Amino acid sequence: MQQGLALQARDVRMEYVDQQSGDRLLAVDRVDLDIEEGQFVSIVGPSGCGKSTFLKIVNGLFPATEGTIEIATPAEGSAHAMVFQDSSLFPWYTIIDNVAYGLVCQGVPKKEAQARAQPLIDLVSLSGFERKFPYQLSGGMQQRANLARALTVDPEILLMDEPFAALDAQTRELMQAELLRIWNEAHKTVLFITHQIDEAIYLSDRVLVMSARPGRILADIAIDLPRPRQLEIKRTPAFITYADQIWGMISSELKPHIHDVAKTTGTVA
Amino acid sequence: MSVAIQSQPLRPQKSRFGRLLDNERLLYGAAGVIVFLALWEFGSRSEFIDRSFFGRPTGIIEAGIAEVQTERFWGDLFASFSEFAIGYLLAIVLGIPIGLAAGRFRRLQFALDPWLNFFNSLPRIALLPVLVIMFGVFGPGSKIAVVFLGAFFSIVIPTMQGVRTTDRRYLDVARSFNASEWLLFRSVVIPSTVPFIITGLRLGIARALIGVVTAELYTQTEGIGVLIRRATELRQGDRALFGVLLFTISGIIGVEAIRRVEARFQKWRPQTSLERR
Repeated sequence: MQQGLALQARDVRMEYVDQQSGDRLLAVDRVDLDIEEGQFVSIVGPSGCGKSTFLKIVNGLFPATEGTIEIATPAEGSAHAMVFQDSSLFPWYTIIDNVAYGLVCQGVPKKEAQARAQPLIDLVSLSGFERKFPYQLSGGMQQRANLARALTVDPEILLMDEPFAALDAQTRELMQAELLRIWNEAHKTVLFITHQIDEAIYLSDRVLVMSARPGRILADIAIDLPRPRQLEIKRTPAFITYADQIWGMISSELKPHIHDVAKTTGTVA
Repeated sequence: MSVAIQSQPLRPQKSRFGRLLDNERLLYGAAGVIVFLALWEFGSRSEFIDRSFFGRPTGIIEAGIAEVQTERFWGDLFASFSEFAIGYLLAIVLGIPIGLAAGRFRRLQFALDPWLNFFNSLPRIALLPVLVIMFGVFGPGSKIAVVFLGAFFSIVIPTMQGVRTTDRRYLDVARSFNASEWLLFRSVVIPSTVPFIITGLRLGIARALIGVVTAELYTQTEGIGVLIRRATELRQGDRALFGVLLFTISGIIGVEAIRRVEARFQKWRPQTSLERR
């Protein structure tokens, strides 16, 4: 793999057999992707397009049918860690135990794991909530803990699977700004999955647009907006131009489906 | 014209009696119990109902006081308690690990399923005479076996189901961090199975108590069941009902003990307003 790359995916395909019909379905088709170290890359696409599936392949939860994925192996720390969608914290663990979990999985003794988790809890502004259980925290705070859990294992690349999808609109905006602050401090490579276009543009150096299923990468758009970015940047002309461009691609992907719906329900779209 | 709207304080101050009246559940519950006991007592004293068959509340207390002063009573109590404790503990010690293992290893579950179904559909009381032949009339063996069989299946089946319904999301988290199989089991599967195990323990207590009573009534060697039997043969309704009361109290103590175990293991769960009442 080329020097300076955090991740290199070549010709990744993923097929699976539908349990009910027994058909072979193609979820991800010929994905090529290079991510440079320290880059923040988002994948946007219509729901069900296979972007989450691709992320799970990178994470090793699903096998790819074809192709290769290489991740730079760091001298210390893990290759990758995942920030999952909502409520993936273990409800039976306190926040500190949840955040330390990745280290415990690596065989680090519990006390030491907790000590090493503490700075990350501070980083995501959850100091004072170490002994609380997840249900005692708001959705936004739970996702901060989720992020801290992934950062604790010091991953080369941070995989984020629609981490803010279940949050209300305002919390979501604040968490986006918070994520950029943390990303700035932690110097991580991030692969971020979302279906929200403005979220992807605001956070990323590059936005990849994925087609409807089977997921292929339609475009690789460099986001040339200055950093650090404030939330106000979402209202600048440059930002809106990016949003229009990406929405144009996604809506043309969605149109055939909207047409299908119109046909089956008998209404005119 | 203006209309004055009377404002109401959110939490009006109330006397102690006023607060008691607010707690309708407790108030009507206590009233229900007292009215029934009073009718029973009154009916018995006015000889409207026959005391030798039906007893009377104060008579049960008297019979109890007389009973605890006999040596035989303590022997009976010890016999019943040890049958229950040994049988139930055996059911826990074997039921939870077997349930966890069968939930985890599909092939083990397939192998056990016929037997679990067989014993679960069988009215276990029917096995009682057979168990008596196997383990003997005298001594606690046959009775422990009945208690064990009652509780074991109530524990093993929910435990197995609990393991099988572990939330996929949490398993994915553990796998994505490369947790070892043992850590995954300890950190995800077991905690999420605890509520199922508790349910099994609760069901198991009831079944175990049924086992104690029926086994004692059948074998008639010793125990509180035998006390009940002896008392009814002598037409001592009060004394028989005292024996029944002992079983009820044991049931209540058992269920309360499990509630505490549950509270200990489930402090991570938000309490619903329904549970708090």
